[in-house]
Amino acid sequence: MATAIEKHDIHSQRTTIRRHGIVTRVTHWTWAVALFFLLLSGLQIFNAHPSLYIGEQSGFAFDNSVLSIRAVRGADGNAEGLTTLFGRRIDTTGLLGVSGPEDSRVYEAFPGWLTVPSYHDLATGRVVHFFFAWLFAATFISWFAASLINGHLRRDILPSFSDIRGLPGSFLEHLRFRFHHCRSYTGLQKISYAIVLLVLFPLMILTGLTMSPGMNAAMPWLTEIFGGRQAARTIHFVVMLLLVGFFAIHIFMVFAAGPINEMRSMVTGRYRIDGEAAEGGSER
Amino acid sequence: MSRIIINRRRFLTVAGVAASTLPLAGCDALDGMLSSGATARDVMAKANGLTYRVQRFLIGADGLAKEFSESEIRQGQRPNGSTDPTDATYIALRVAGFAGYRLDVGGLVDRRLRLSLDELRNMPSRTHITRHDCVEGWSCIAKWTGVPLSAVLDEAGVKSEARYVLFRCFDTMNLGLSGEVAYYESIDMLDARHPQTILAYGLNGEPLPVANGAPLRLRVERQLGYKMAKYIRSIELVSDLAPYGQGKGGFWEDLGYDWYAGI
Ligand code: HEM
Ligand code: HEM
Repeated sequence: MATAIEKHDIHSQRTTIRRHGIVTRVTHWTWAVALFFLLLSGLQIFNAHPSLYIGEQSGFAFDNSVLSIRAVRGADGNAEGLTTLFGRRIDTTGLLGVSGPEDSRVYEAFPGWLTVPSYHDLATGRVVHFFFAWLFAATFISWFAASLINGHLRRDILPSFSDIRGLPGSFLEHLRFRFHHCRSYTGLQKISYAIVLLVLFPLMILTGLTMSPGMNAAMPWLTEIFGGRQAARTIHFVVMLLLVGFFAIHIFMVFAAGPINEMRSMVTGRYRIDGEAAEGGSER
Repeated sequence: MSRIIINRRRFLTVAGVAASTLPLAGCDALDGMLSSGATARDVMAKANGLTYRVQRFLIGADGLAKEFSESEIRQGQRPNGSTDPTDATYIALRVAGFAGYRLDVGGLVDRRLRLSLDELRNMPSRTHITRHDCVEGWSCIAKWTGVPLSAVLDEAGVKSEARYVLFRCFDTMNLGLSGEVAYYESIDMLDARHPQTILAYGLNGEPLPVANGAPLRLRVERQLGYKMAKYIRSIELVSDLAPYGQGKGGFWEDLGYDWYAGI
């Protein structure tokens, strides 16, 4: 049969399959929107006290600082953005601490174009953050329940032993921008999605709840597992950075692998796969 | 096997397209929807009611905030908000060492009370070491001593219509055009009756300093710092928060902060 197809024009080798179920698609776009607002409102919240610490409390009379982003007066009398990471001082004028044009400087840790609202408003930042936190948590729980029931989790997300063995190869292929359009995710895709969905998303929700004094009364073990409320705030921030990092690569990969086909699969569910793979349904 | 192999030019195009999505985050586009009174903001703020109900369900009436050991007090309590009220009555009281201070307890009660600091100190007392979480994001561990609010409420006898405890304070905050606005706060009866809810007159084994709210401040350990009114002038039991201030139940609430500050 394969030889028969090869006689035809190249396009007839391609088959279109149904790749993503309705729940996978709807939850994906919901969390994409929710994460956008959570990030920008989160950075607004961060600006209210732009310092992160380890442990339970914030050291004012002692030093347990991990990161701080401040505006300081430099030697020449001008305001400078000073970011301190584990005691290392980095001049971030223009981006962090002090930003905006020379004649109308903004003295905020993260600049206005990275926050909602764009001006300093902690109250609204919190209103937006907690609204989308509910939406995000509900979306994640729906995705998890549906994926458990319809097999998406076991079939497409949890990496199999051969996925893990094939990881170095899969990694090299991605580096060379060679993408196979198969029925299911490649090993590398599975592992990155599994980390995002099963590690980073739950961590974000749990560290968020750990910062809540109400939840601390309900579940005192929350601060214990994360090493204190301020440590949870630091982890919340670091996981945010990891999600942003994933997102950058994710978007890049969608464009690199063929944005039309990829987007169609995540919007309509239909996906065009390469001829051979369609028959075998295998990874290679 | 057909593969897409990207050449340099395609790579650069892809990188360019990906990079061009970044400035999309420019967010003043959303400011209008988020300004105070905008519908979108009001809808989102309703999530606070959900948080309130769910947390109440999960915590239960008497779930305690975590308490710490003496060794975890590593610094003084960081003062925030007002630290030195300029109200004339307050200054007079402060200069006299609060000897003339009387806590006024009124509203929906059977007996109106006027309690001196000595009387408050002679009531049952409670000391606990807890973590203070500020809405700005920082935390600080300190030891608080005071009279359980429930003891004061029992002495006054709360009428059954009362749903909130309102705290009026000596300190004012400057709001520009609106001038000086008095601080006030409110909590529900469940928090008011919680065993860790105290009217504190002591901090870290010393009398409560002026910067931290002397002579008397509220501690509501399962909520954020802005709920814990400092410089308490009077307590009023009320059935509805609408008639006070801008009607949202507190100074910061009137400025857009959530009334329930359990997160
Ligand atoms: C259900 C999920 C979430 C909950 C319950 C939650 C809760 C919180 C809370 C309570 C704070 C306030 C911390 C403070 O007082 O300073 C916060 C801050 C923040 N959140 Fe979230 N959050 C969630 C998801 C996310 C997500 C998905 C992101 C980003 C992609 C994010 C980014 C941030 C950032 C950047 C901050 C400010 C800096 C910091 O304190 O780490 N959050 N979040
Ligand atoms: C607007 C931006 C986004 C676009 C265009 C986009 C596009 C896509 C596409 C096309 C797929 C399917 C990939 C395939 O079939 O091979 C996908 C899956 C996925 N994306 Fe995104 N995505 C976006 C935002 C995000 C964000 C912000 C996250 C999380 C940080 C995310 C996490 C994921 C995950 C975990 C999957 C796998 C979902 C599953 O199989 O259940 N995406 N995305």
